[in-house]
Amino acid sequence: MTYHWDFYTVMQSFDLMLWGVWITFVYTLGSILIGIVVGAASCYARLSRFWWLRLISRSYQELFRCTPLLVQILWAYYALPMLLGISISNTTAGLLTLSLYVGSFYAEIFRGGILAVDKGQREASAAIGMSSVQSMRYIIMPQAIKNMLPAFINQSVIQLKNTSLLYAISIAELTYMTSVVTSESYRPLEAYSLAAVLYFAMLFPLTQIADHFERRMRRSD
Amino acid sequence: MTTTSAVISVRGLGKSFGKLEVLKGIDLDLMPGEVLGVIGPSGSGKSTLIRCLNMMEVPTAGEVRFQGRPVTPKFRGRGGAIGTGELRRKVGMVFQHFNLFPHLTVLGNITAGPTKVLGESRAEAEAHAMDLLGQVGLADKAKAYPAHLSGGQKQRVAIARSLAMRPEVLLLDEVTSALDPELVGEVLAVIRRLADTGMTMVLVTHEMGFAADVASRVLFMEGGRIAEEGSAEQILRNPTSERLRSFLSRFHS
Repeated sequence: MTYHWDFYTVMQSFDLMLWGVWITFVYTLGSILIGIVVGAASCYARLSRFWWLRLISRSYQELFRCTPLLVQILWAYYALPMLLGISISNTTAGLLTLSLYVGSFYAEIFRGGILAVDKGQREASAAIGMSSVQSMRYIIMPQAIKNMLPAFINQSVIQLKNTSLLYAISIAELTYMTSVVTSESYRPLEAYSLAAVLYFAMLFPLTQIADHFERRMRRSD
Repeated sequence: MTTTSAVISVRGLGKSFGKLEVLKGIDLDLMPGEVLGVIGPSGSGKSTLIRCLNMMEVPTAGEVRFQGRPVTPKFRGRGGAIGTGELRRKVGMVFQHFNLFPHLTVLGNITAGPTKVLGESRAEAEAHAMDLLGQVGLADKAKAYPAHLSGGQKQRVAIARSLAMRPEVLLLDEVTSALDPELVGEVLAVIRRLADTGMTMVLVTHEMGFAADVASRVLFMEGGRIAEEGSAEQILRNPTSERLRSFLSRFHS
């Protein structure tokens, strides 16, 4: 038996899939931006000299790193509203969970990047009279960012793919829209193949750009 | 003792790491233009002493004064005290492992302090940096990154980086210990020239010959105390105590 490929019906709903691409992009970018802020705060707390800040930060990280994202999304959408007695939209639940999830990974990536900078760098910058803020800004962070970049990009690539789990709470991202197109066209093979191509088309250029920047930052090696 | 004219004076300085007492009551006056050599076996507290002078290590006892003002371990000093920010602008330090900033060019390494800390213009800082690079014989390396320099070149850049702050005192912490033997000479030559210009320096070193040649005064440290102190001639050529003699004999064999 040979399968007869027919993209015609799927292509008729291509605008729906493009909308899915757009929503995927919005959730990815939004959760990465919030995740950076949350991750930076959590990283700062982990490096703090106050034990209770370290404990809070550590608990948050472990909670989000050691439970599946799908469970978190479903919990935030279905369980949390019952607990709080308020309604939470799927948009809020989805964006919040994705952001906190990626933030917990970013925090450790940031911390690793900072700790990997030789302590002699802090001493040398202090020895020319820099304050700890100046030292962080001009000496430590530029090196830490270079250290953390590969892991950061990797986690962000995973993050874009993780948005597909928002399907479970009916957010109109690419996977969800593909299921819509499938049920209209009865062409799951074509629809999901096209979805895979669209995911690839979003991520591949990003990884190439990331490689380019990484190479540029390695000029000083 | 004429403490008033000393650039740095130290009284009853002690430093403990937990239960380990590394420095046990050091008294010291560093005079302007003096080159003070600090020698002694490893673990005797030489490096800790020099690192207390610019508050890289915070002393646990005693006090350090810079030009008569008490030094505090805080960045900003209050009520006549001098904070680490101002202190380190005036007291430069060169490290055993260079600690150049790997993400900046040689020029960037030297101008970082003057532009970010002293507020010099870029043009001004770069002109001064080029002048200093000329003095350490590395004018052609201005655009190079530290990773592309030899150990001796890195250390000369590190010295230029310290000098760019126009310090009044330079602390050199075993600056040739991490270098291949054939690269030691080029770094010592730079320090020698600095000494000739009248730069006040404290030099922790294992190069006994060099200490004898360049230091105006030498301290021999042992067990966290100054065991002997005197002119280079006296300490290195005519040691009186048995411990110092046996220490020095290890360098002559």
